[in-house]
Amino acid sequence: MRVLAAMSGGVDSAVAAARAVEAGHDVVGVHLALSRMPGTLRTGARGCCTIEDSMDAQRAATMLGIPYYVWDFSERFKSDVVDDFIAEYQAGRTPNPCMRCNEKIKFAALMEKAIALGFDAVCTGHYANVVPDAQGNLELHRASAWAKDQSYVLGVLTSDQLAHAMFPLGDTPSKDLIRAEAAERGLSVAQKPDSHDICFIPDGDTRGWLADKVGISEGDIVDTEGTKLGTHEGTPGFTIGQRKGLHIGTPAPDGQPRFVLEIRPKTNTVVVGPKEALDITEIAGTSYTWCGLAPENPEQEFVVEVQIRAHADPVPAIAQLVGGELVVRPTTPLNSVAAGQTAVLYVDTRVLGQFTIARTVSDLNVVATA
Amino acid sequence: MVAYLDHAASTPVRPEALAAYTAALAHAGNPSSVHRHGQTARAQVEEAREHLASVLGCEPIEVIFTSGGTESINLAIVGLYRAAVESNPARNRIVVPEAEHHATLDTVLWLQQHEGAVIDWIPVDEHGRIRMDALEATVQREPHTIALVTLLWANNEVGTIQPIDEVAALAAEHLVPLHIDAVSAFGHVSLNFAQLRTESGAVGGSGLVALSISGHKFGSVPGVGALVVSRQAHLEPLIHGGGQQRGLRSGTLDAPAIVSMSTAALVVQKTHEVEHSRLSALRDATILRIQELIPEAVLSGDRATRLDNNVNFTFPGCQSDSLLFLLDAHGVSVSTGSACQAGVAQPSHVLLAMGHDERGASSALRITLGHTTTQAEIDEFLAALPEAVDRARRAGTTA
Repeated sequence: MRVLAAMSGGVDSAVAAARAVEAGHDVVGVHLALSRMPGTLRTGARGCCTIEDSMDAQRAATMLGIPYYVWDFSERFKSDVVDDFIAEYQAGRTPNPCMRCNEKIKFAALMEKAIALGFDAVCTGHYANVVPDAQGNLELHRASAWAKDQSYVLGVLTSDQLAHAMFPLGDTPSKDLIRAEAAERGLSVAQKPDSHDICFIPDGDTRGWLADKVGISEGDIVDTEGTKLGTHEGTPGFTIGQRKGLHIGTPAPDGQPRFVLEIRPKTNTVVVGPKEALDITEIAGTSYTWCGLAPENPEQEFVVEVQIRAHADPVPAIAQLVGGELVVRPTTPLNSVAAGQTAVLYVDTRVLGQFTIARTVSDLNVVATA
Repeated sequence: MVAYLDHAASTPVRPEALAAYTAALAHAGNPSSVHRHGQTARAQVEEAREHLASVLGCEPIEVIFTSGGTESINLAIVGLYRAAVESNPARNRIVVPEAEHHATLDTVLWLQQHEGAVIDWIPVDEHGRIRMDALEATVQREPHTIALVTLLWANNEVGTIQPIDEVAALAAEHLVPLHIDAVSAFGHVSLNFAQLRTESGAVGGSGLVALSISGHKFGSVPGVGALVVSRQAHLEPLIHGGGQQRGLRSGTLDAPAIVSMSTAALVVQKTHEVEHSRLSALRDATILRIQELIPEAVLSGDRATRLDNNVNFTFPGCQSDSLLFLLDAHGVSVSTGSACQAGVAQPSHVLLAMGHDERGASSALRITLGHTTTQAEIDEFLAALPEAVDRARRAGTTA
């Protein structure tokens, strides 16, 4: 196969490319330029997007003996990922930019361009497995090592995308083995630190970055009845479930601590309430996709596990498509769910699909939408 | 079969230049040392300086060896600017066309940001030719406040040759120092520094005073270039130290590289006439074939007044990096012509200055020929082009 290896400059994508080469594929390395004005040196926990990272990727490609190119996706990245991230926050939702990048850039813009230029597959360093079922339909499964599993951020892939995706690291038991393998192959990125932060917010200060982009102003902190309890300095800094830093003078009538339940940027309001109101018993959204084959009859209740963050534990749940809205009721309440987050549905290790959470219902029957 | 058609980026080392280089490498000694080893090395350098001066039409003392084109251009621009401002703080204007090489653009922008330079940008027309009316108007306006005029002899991306005689005469008339970036032109045009100075009426430290060249563009080993600096020019050094080369460029002289460059220059001079007609014919045939194969492709740059080795087309609906990738897969090396940032082809600022929009400026391919280019290489490129254009068009321009 003609394989395009997306190479960030990190150790995972370098080893993934190496394995694709070793499997006998005709591999070309491509680094995605996501900024028109890349920084020179890597800073903090950033693992891509600087000139240094591009050079790391090129060195790895050279070591593997494969051609290497840099393709410019900066415009698409800005409109589909960065601007989307800002707009979602402004709408009161908590977006996942890595997911958006997989959906719009790596497995869309890049994959489409690759296929048009004659490639059969795009190879990345994600930890996940694509395997056929008995009929040959492709399924996405969790990586063998659950600690490194990245199937959550790939939950948005469709059948067509799975058919052109290659994840050579999916069956690796641990990251240490990848580093050891990289060292053995003579790749200079073997000991390069992992990236953690959002790549376009290099210092990790999401709050400061957002404040800079959208501006912040003082607003009200209210309870679920709408009664004003205090003042905040701007919504971007708050996360659902946050307890500290609210600075509300008067205690709650029941003397219990209060937590952030909802953020309403349109009215610049932060809603707080008791811990129980964070226990979410129902999540729902109309923006959903199936990963591989869709369930045969989604209008009937079906049993799944639902995961709402990249590294959250999956929770057993009952799902059902009701009038175009995918409704999921976990058997034990989910904690601290924000609208805009992605819920990925699993059946055992298989990714069934995903949806963007638009509506939540708490144990106290507080309905939040954004 | 491979085809190397990116000679404007770097042309292969000429066999004579390589032989001269390796022979010179065998000598020990610093050209600045007084003992016989040093004197031998010095003799190599000075002989090379004389050879190069004879080719460039200047005096040996006027040849300043540098590490390459970018250093030569920096020394010329920053050196002339600082000397001008030192003589008169009001003399802080730099006149520069919009479609220059980044070695010039980034240098004048740096002087603007850090040393108070005022930049007078001169537009180019749709063929990349400098707008002489704009240049005249700019130079005539308080010429005593102009530190220097700098421009490309020929545009490195689209190959358009500038009316250098007219520019040199204008600078001389208004007593403004002029630097010419001849990095892409040398070897492809007839060039004589003293003659151009005399015929344009330059006197003293004004008119044409400096001219940059780069060795690896004409068949020397890389890492060496030269700045011709008129003995009457006022120019401050950038690199200080042992005071070599009139104190304008300190640092131990790289004798083998200098010998290699002067040898290449002698070969260029000897073969220019024959090579010029050979390359011109190859260029014209290539342009015609591309137009036949891809009727939508648009030639950039002046059709007639262009470098003998430059072909530059935009391919509507294609992205340069897709074309480059597809041709590379066929063993054909060409260029987008524009500068790279971390290996990313940016929209060409030259094509933007010529009036293209961003999409058009990102659809260019530059094919440049040189002393090793054969018809077979051109045929290899032309054979791969239609399918590459077709595929690149399908890959789109949206990325």
